Amino acid sequence: MQASQANKKTGRAATLGLGLALLGAALFAIVLLSMATGARPIPIDMVWSALVSYDPNSTEHRIIWDLRLPRTVVGVLVGAALGLAGAVLQGATRNPLADPSILGINSGAALFVVIGVSAFGITQLNLYVWLAFAGAGIAMLVVYAVASLGREGATPIKLALAGAAMTAVMQAIISAVLLTSPRTLDEVRFWQVGSLAGRSMEIALQVSPFILIGAALALASARLLDGLSMGDDVARSLGQRIGLSRGLAGLASVILAGSAVAAAGPIAFVGLTVPHVARAITGPGYRWILPYSMLMAPILLLGADVIGRIIAPPGEVQVGIVTAFIGAPFFIALVRRRKLATL
Amino acid sequence: MTAIDTSYIAGVRRQRESKGRRVTLGLVLALILASAAALTLGDFPVSPEEILRSLFSPLTGFANKGVDFIVLQVRAPRLFLALLSGAAFGLSGIIFQTLLRNPLASPDIIGIAHGASAAAVFCIIVLGWTGLAVSLGSFAGALLTAFAIYILAWRNGVTAYRVVLIGIGAAAMLSAVISYLFTRARLFEVQQAMAWLVGSLNAARPGDSVVLAIMLVLTLPLLIALVRGLDGLELGDDTAHALGTRVEQTRLGLMVTGVAFAAFATAAVGPVGFVAFVSGPIARRLMGGAGRGIPQAGLVGALVMLVSDLLAQHALPNLQLPTGVVTGGFGAVFLLWLLIVSGRSGRVN
Repeated sequence: MQASQANKKTGRAATLGLGLALLGAALFAIVLLSMATGARPIPIDMVWSALVSYDPNSTEHRIIWDLRLPRTVVGVLVGAALGLAGAVLQGATRNPLADPSILGINSGAALFVVIGVSAFGITQLNLYVWLAFAGAGIAMLVVYAVASLGREGATPIKLALAGAAMTAVMQAIISAVLLTSPRTLDEVRFWQVGSLAGRSMEIALQVSPFILIGAALALASARLLDGLSMGDDVARSLGQRIGLSRGLAGLASVILAGSAVAAAGPIAFVGLTVPHVARAITGPGYRWILPYSMLMAPILLLGADVIGRIIAPPGEVQVGIVTAFIGAPFFIALVRRRKLATL
Repeated sequence: MTAIDTSYIAGVRRQRESKGRRVTLGLVLALILASAAALTLGDFPVSPEEILRSLFSPLTGFANKGVDFIVLQVRAPRLFLALLSGAAFGLSGIIFQTLLRNPLASPDIIGIAHGASAAAVFCIIVLGWTGLAVSLGSFAGALLTAFAIYILAWRNGVTAYRVVLIGIGAAAMLSAVISYLFTRARLFEVQQAMAWLVGSLNAARPGDSVVLAIMLVLTLPLLIALVRGLDGLELGDDTAHALGTRVEQTRLGLMVTGVAFAAFATAAVGPVGFVAFVSGPIARRLMGGAGRGIPQAGLVGALVMLVSDLLAQHALPNLQLPTGVVTGGFGAVFLLWLLIVSGRSGRVN
């Protein structure tokens, strides 16, 4: 009896592990595809030769190294960060609606960018990164501090409400600035769509250490999230320190979401929905939800970016718009089809 | 033994009812004060007596043209529009929050406001419409979005969780539509659309509040008839069904009412952010467990809207802010304060 149960368990783990390997392969394929497509299509074997033996005299090789590789790397990093951040936030707050935009992270980033543009005339993408990162971090700190006031500490509902409240304050300030400064509106409307276009390797290098640390923290917090998912009282009675768990998870998601919004602008849809898809495949249990989200989100993001480059030649449609347009119908179909595991 | 129990229960009930009445009374008093301020303040100060005289001038026949114009044609329409749209947003918010059992599930988060906004931005940027036509477009957008969400969430009935998830999917898509239109339009049009999106009472016309009032009066009986069904729904679908509540009809009816309130108000003043979202939690907090606070949420909505509009008009000299900028700030500060003082029970909702 016990043996068969153990068998079943290892069988399930093997299936899920295989799924993870397949996702990894799919991600690799989409990375190659992302480097091959664009205004000037480049065959896959040329992509490969550019990567393994760079020839500075070939235009194609230069396109790949200067434009498409940085863009693809940023896409993978941002996608992984968004997927993980969404999964961790939903787990830590036990709210299916929790995502970086609800908790004030995106608005904080946007507020700092707007102020940077309007007050200091900053227009370089490389400087946006630091502005957005600072804004995201400060917003999340304030949200967490407000939510932890009072005896109960940062309960999920208080976190969500504090986040929504902060979002509203910051949106009000952003609107006030944008309505009075047309120059800022003109500058910011392209940033706030969320896009991978024109991202340099420098941006990838700036955010990658943060994303690596955030990802390590997030993956390490899987057990804590499983504990929290049973409810505060049960988790506490099992000896878990819930305040500490929630703090760790919050820290991981701030680092991840902050880096993502810094590198690509606010991309709303990915972090919110990918964890729900992952949960539908793996069932509850963050040991699997987290890595699945981490691999599925960049597949969605890069896939959307590739489509955005193909559908409107010679221009392109920003990735934030494509993710919403392709992801949302898929997500709605999934919600309709399956009985999703509730949080 | 039983006698003691019933008298105890009756006592608790009486206490709850009197608390509910006290809260309502307090809110109504606050509304009267704020309304008086709204009629008095401005570039042309009018004394309270003159206001009363003007308001009753159709009955008494007493006329003072200058004052009458300011009070009856300028300030009163704006005041009534603020009260009515605020109440409509507040009611719509608490209906959705109660129905979907999630404090985040107000119409400005689960896609209905996004539907209204996307439709309006489309009307302004692509069709080049202005004024009333934009309002009608946004009204249609809100209804269409809500209808689509409901149809998509229907699968042998509708569950709260599915409505919420499909709502946020729809919201994401509609915001993407707005962002896309913003990047493709000329800057002038973007500015115009942006001003509409923030929401404002600056363009209030006397006719607006009359239309809104008629719509609300027509919808209110439906809400009153359906509110009793909420008691059942809060116990969970199966229990409610067993107790004889017609679960699906009640839920559909309440959603239609909630959407109608949100859509009417949005058509009148634009998607003024956050009023729908904060009114419910504030009303519940004030009631402190002494009831669901639905009428109180309507009053809170009206108060938030009115006070925000006062601040928008008079807080900064020589600059009229759009009301939506202030509701965001004001509502949020209030909500943060609530979170801070909620330490005793730790409960917000």
